[in-house]
Amino acid sequence: MSSVLKGIAASSGIAIAKAYRLVEPDLSFEQTKVEHADQEVQRFQDALQTSKNELEVIRDRARTELGEDKAQIFEAHLLVLSDPELISPIEDKINQEQVNAEAALKETADMFVTMFEQMDNEYMKERAADIRDVTKRVLSHLLGVKVLNPSMISEEVVVIAEDLTPSDTAQLNREFVKGFTTNIGGRTSHSAIMARSMEIPAVVGTKEATVTIENGDMVIVDGLNGEVHVNPTDELITQYEKKAADFADQKAEWAKLVDEKTVTADGRHVELAANIGTPGDLEGVTNNGGEAIGLYRTEFLYMGRTELPSEDEQFESYKAVLEGMKGKPVVVRTLDIGGDKELPYLNLPEEMNPFLGFRAIRLCLEETDLFRTQLRALLRASTYGNLKVMFPMISNLDEFRSAKSLLLEVKEELIQEGVEVSDSIEVGIMVEIPSTAVLADQFAKEVDFFSIGTNDLIQYTMAADRMNERVSYLYQPYNPAILRLIKMVIDASHKEGKWTGMCGEMAGDEIAIPILLGLGLDEFSMSATSILPARTQIKQLSDNKMKALAEHVLTLGTNDEVIEAVKKEINL
Amino acid sequence: MTQKTFTVTAETGIHARPATILVQNASKFDSDIQLEYKGKKVNLKSIMGVMSLGVGKDAEITIYADGSDEEEALASLEETLKNEGLA
Repeated sequence: MSSVLKGIAASSGIAIAKAYRLVEPDLSFEQTKVEHADQEVQRFQDALQTSKNELEVIRDRARTELGEDKAQIFEAHLLVLSDPELISPIEDKINQEQVNAEAALKETADMFVTMFEQMDNEYMKERAADIRDVTKRVLSHLLGVKVLNPSMISEEVVVIAEDLTPSDTAQLNREFVKGFTTNIGGRTSHSAIMARSMEIPAVVGTKEATVTIENGDMVIVDGLNGEVHVNPTDELITQYEKKAADFADQKAEWAKLVDEKTVTADGRHVELAANIGTPGDLEGVTNNGGEAIGLYRTEFLYMGRTELPSEDEQFESYKAVLEGMKGKPVVVRTLDIGGDKELPYLNLPEEMNPFLGFRAIRLCLEETDLFRTQLRALLRASTYGNLKVMFPMISNLDEFRSAKSLLLEVKEELIQEGVEVSDSIEVGIMVEIPSTAVLADQFAKEVDFFSIGTNDLIQYTMAADRMNERVSYLYQPYNPAILRLIKMVIDASHKEGKWTGMCGEMAGDEIAIPILLGLGLDEFSMSATSILPARTQIKQLSDNKMKALAEHVLTLGTNDEVIEAVKKEINL
Repeated sequence: MTQKTFTVTAETGIHARPATILVQNASKFDSDIQLEYKGKKVNLKSIMGVMSLGVGKDAEITIYADGSDEEEALASLEETLKNEGLA
């Protein structure tokens, strides 16, 4: 029967394919006595062998498609399944206690999991997860339950999940994943950002996708309207095929603007830049006509691994991005970890309020070895393009001064070593904490540029955790309070002859763009796929009219009043 | 039975990939092979055993091999330690 789910349109486009549920299967079982222990041992060995065969295929696939790093994870899983200290006790247990293989496996594996979890080394704790992972695989085979192998997907699918974590997405085979839909999340959650960088349609926050949708159901993900159709009628599929084709045409229309400058109807040029996470995202930037990189999130270099990336490894990534952009500006944000982004191997204590805690620049100024390594790598790469360095989470001038003096120290050190370093590197900050926006006039005397991070600026200004759905209504980008802070920052920078960019979601939003233009924003940095629609919109807007609009909305009282006023002005 | 003592020189100790390679290599031999660190002995063919020792930099470790191919096993493991920059 056909049905429809409503959610948040997180990444535009239409996907029509069969559902693939990325949901943990039910692995519950009863402990029983077995009559023939030898047959039970055989059953265990068969499940073990099947699991090993599977893992070997996954490992080889990971090696060719995801790189040696990821392949090593599965190599380690294979070794666990060959570990005599794990396997013998299980077989002994079946033989001596005559229990079923499921119980023997679970009990023995749990013992190891507990042992590793109790170690005070974060790396060892992660091994507990490895053991859990392989145990699940063998257990699934014993129970005859289908094992989740997202990296083995080999036909076009729409992925259905509660939420998608970075490690889930790393395992997905991009060639076949046509779209996805999740129960939770919003426009700025990891899954949404990921979908936009993969350029596949996504609808998040449907609340019940995993409840309603079964494996193999036909699904339409409408990433334009935030709707998911389950088992649609043939008629609806035909309609959506038409919509998909229209969207493709629209994209082709946008594509004509790839090599054009972004100029308003009355001739002001603004820069449309892209947010990226890895050198692999560069292709999307070029294809979508990005005039710069406005935000290179370096934390992805540090995530999904077991130890810090070396200086050389970082250097290679930075160099690849700088060279790839062929002299166009590249704003690199130094490590922004903490908050919702964790690094297990750093061994950081859990915090009550991670978003208000030890993260980003706070961590870097304390763990200076880690920070210096990154700065060295960045400066070494600086001669390969137009590098601009940006510090995240700056809340007061002392932080900026400390970070900048560390940068200069490292630069001096490199020059002493005979390494060439560019002399024209701009150094700026993210403005995402209200204290910094309020004091922007003082900052503007010392920084070379500002980039406003709206996702955090909004959550800190409104005191509303953006991971908490119950207060998501407080995520109000157009609230005049936010707009006034933005105006303060832009005005302060212009007074000192500096520039201001924006690298949050808001920079690519069709309601926000007219206001931001009017406020005088110089650079708009967004998901690569938003660039061409934004360029199309800006070409139709008059800078002067938007100035009047901006002045008017700053005098309004609420988020909704601002939306109304903008819609009226630009006929949305 | 043959045995030999090494000092771990690798910055991260015996971790992740190096541990994997060591265990894979040990598993090729018939002899019983054990790894001792701080008075604790584990089966060197067991990845979880090796990891559970938490061998760090500058650690003194001893490898014991006992069986028909013990000499060959020890020589091969010594080579692995060197090749992987562990000791």
